[in-house]
Amino acid sequence: MWQITGSDISQKFNQRLIFENISFEVASGHSLVLTGANGSGKTTLVRIVCQLNRPYKGQIRFTRDQKNISDQEIYARMGLVGPYLQLYNYLTAFENYSFFARIRGLAVDNSQLKRLMERMGLRGRELDELRTFSSGMLQRMKYVIALLHQPEFLILDEPTANLDEAGAALVYEIMQEQKKDRILIFATNEPAEVKFGEIKIALGA
Amino acid sequence: MLLVRNAYIIFLKDFHLEFRSRYALNAIFLFAITTLTAISFSIGPLRLKSEILSPLLWIILFFSAMSGLSHIFVREEEQQTADTLRLVTSANAVFLGKWIFNMVLLFSLELFILPIYLAMLGVSVGNFRVFLFIILLGSFGLASVATLIAAIISQASAKGALFAVLSFPISLPLLISGIHGTRLALDGGTLAECLPDLQILFSFSIVIITLSLLLFEFIWRK
Amino acid sequence: MGLNRNWWKYFLGLWMLLIILGAFLYAPPAKGLGETARILFFHVPVAWLATLAFLISALASMQYLRRPEKKYDIWASSSAQIGLIFALLATVTGSIWAKKIWQSYWNWDPRETSIFILLLIYAAYFALRSAVDIDEQKAKLAAVYSIIAFITVPFLVIIIPRVYESLHPDPLINPEGKIKMDGRMLQIFLGSLFGFTLLFYWMLRLKIDTARTKLVVDNLDK
Repeated sequence: MWQITGSDISQKFNQRLIFENISFEVASGHSLVLTGANGSGKTTLVRIVCQLNRPYKGQIRFTRDQKNISDQEIYARMGLVGPYLQLYNYLTAFENYSFFARIRGLAVDNSQLKRLMERMGLRGRELDELRTFSSGMLQRMKYVIALLHQPEFLILDEPTANLDEAGAALVYEIMQEQKKDRILIFATNEPAEVKFGEIKIALGA
Repeated sequence: MLLVRNAYIIFLKDFHLEFRSRYALNAIFLFAITTLTAISFSIGPLRLKSEILSPLLWIILFFSAMSGLSHIFVREEEQQTADTLRLVTSANAVFLGKWIFNMVLLFSLELFILPIYLAMLGVSVGNFRVFLFIILLGSFGLASVATLIAAIISQASAKGALFAVLSFPISLPLLISGIHGTRLALDGGTLAECLPDLQILFSFSIVIITLSLLLFEFIWRK
Repeated sequence: MGLNRNWWKYFLGLWMLLIILGAFLYAPPAKGLGETARILFFHVPVAWLATLAFLISALASMQYLRRPEKKYDIWASSSAQIGLIFALLATVTGSIWAKKIWQSYWNWDPRETSIFILLLIYAAYFALRSAVDIDEQKAKLAAVYSIIAFITVPFLVIIIPRVYESLHPDPLINPEGKIKMDGRMLQIFLGSLFGFTLLFYWMLRLKIDTARTKLVVDNLDK
């Protein structure tokens, strides 16, 4: 049983308060959605949850059976897709995959990459450099990288940005699957997506 | 060890990337060769004394380093891959990987530029072994300082100018003893005579690396 | 009321006046250096305080990294600003004296080199601060740089005299541990040191209070 707990999180940006005292608890098999107008701090909160930014006040805890887990464990269990998280454009899809697999301590498995690429509709592009990909394809590729280690915590910022209908449907499938027995946290304003969230935090409201 | 293994994976990744884009490689090699040619051209057939040859060499090395060694961090920030990297491994693995990369880059530059320097300016080296030793230790320190400062400036604007401005005061212990030691070595100074310079180069480099491992976490995490 | 709390400011004004008069009328000229040596009553305290300011700034920076609270950043940057003014004053007074006694404003004497490096570091510190947009990031990066610079300076103190010979008069406390000052000179010197330290304290407090007020005002706007 994994869990992410946020307690009394406040954030300031150049001395300006963006949000304050946000608390939540998400356990395996549940999902959390963050909504709010532009500038309400959705992305900021997502970045705090995955520990890219330190909050001004409050804290985030990652636990397994009530026990805190190490940073190394978090790196190995978390997958994240967001507009500010790019992959290496001058590397091929395969090279990106093998870098992120190896640094997370996993074996490089060609058949796994094939399977993921196929699922995301990128079949046959394994050996192409990512700079030849369109923005929609890059977004799909981000899912390949985020899912390669079957993360316990999947965190998505604008899950369907740049995607066509087929791509969005794929992502909904992934989200549905993730929240069945693992943790899904995402930030969006699309009504079609908000319904995937069981726990809702509306920022700036 | 996990740290070393991850550092190595990051180094390999950067090596790959650099080979594809050749940005830092071009910058640093072309800068060095342009400067060297400009110097050689402007002095013509004059034979320079070691008092001038030694600082010239270090000026070339320092500014070549300034032209290319920041790229390793700047690239991650500008292409927004830095956050992706922050999510998958520890800060020190990143630092070590980048440090090794910059070291390899600077050493390969020297392998290329030193013979040209010696030939173009007609330098006769009195004590070749000590000369190499000084250059080696000096660049070890220079690459370390440059990597640490590169991490800082990659998060600021006006990165290019800032890199040299911030690196210069910190590199001074290296530059002063490097220039002093190189001059002695060119004039045929023995190992014993150059030992104080070598000691300073070595101890300063070790201090900078230790400091980097202590402080990099603060620079890297937002 | 105001007079009560601020009595020491009036006292300081009177004190500095007495020191200036004493420096020219009461203290005898130094042996071997003649009348020009009177500049030491102003030059040396100012140089010491530039170093002290640098030390305070580095300590506040370390504290900021341990606990990222705005006030430590204010201390660090305020102290660095006052330090920069004192370092400039020390450079100018030293340079004037050098012109009189060595016939040149600047000749890279080790003392000139070290104060120049201090100026460079301050300049780099402020260049870095102005190149980062987000306050928290600015404070963090500046703190890291300040600490790196702080560790570098002692190396320079060891290295520079090894490479360049100094003509600068012995520091007040010289290697033999003797104070080479006439009794009356010493009185004025210590009095001046006290006065300048109090002045430094006053300036630093003003600077910190202004920064705090600015922070409060900025928060009111939002």
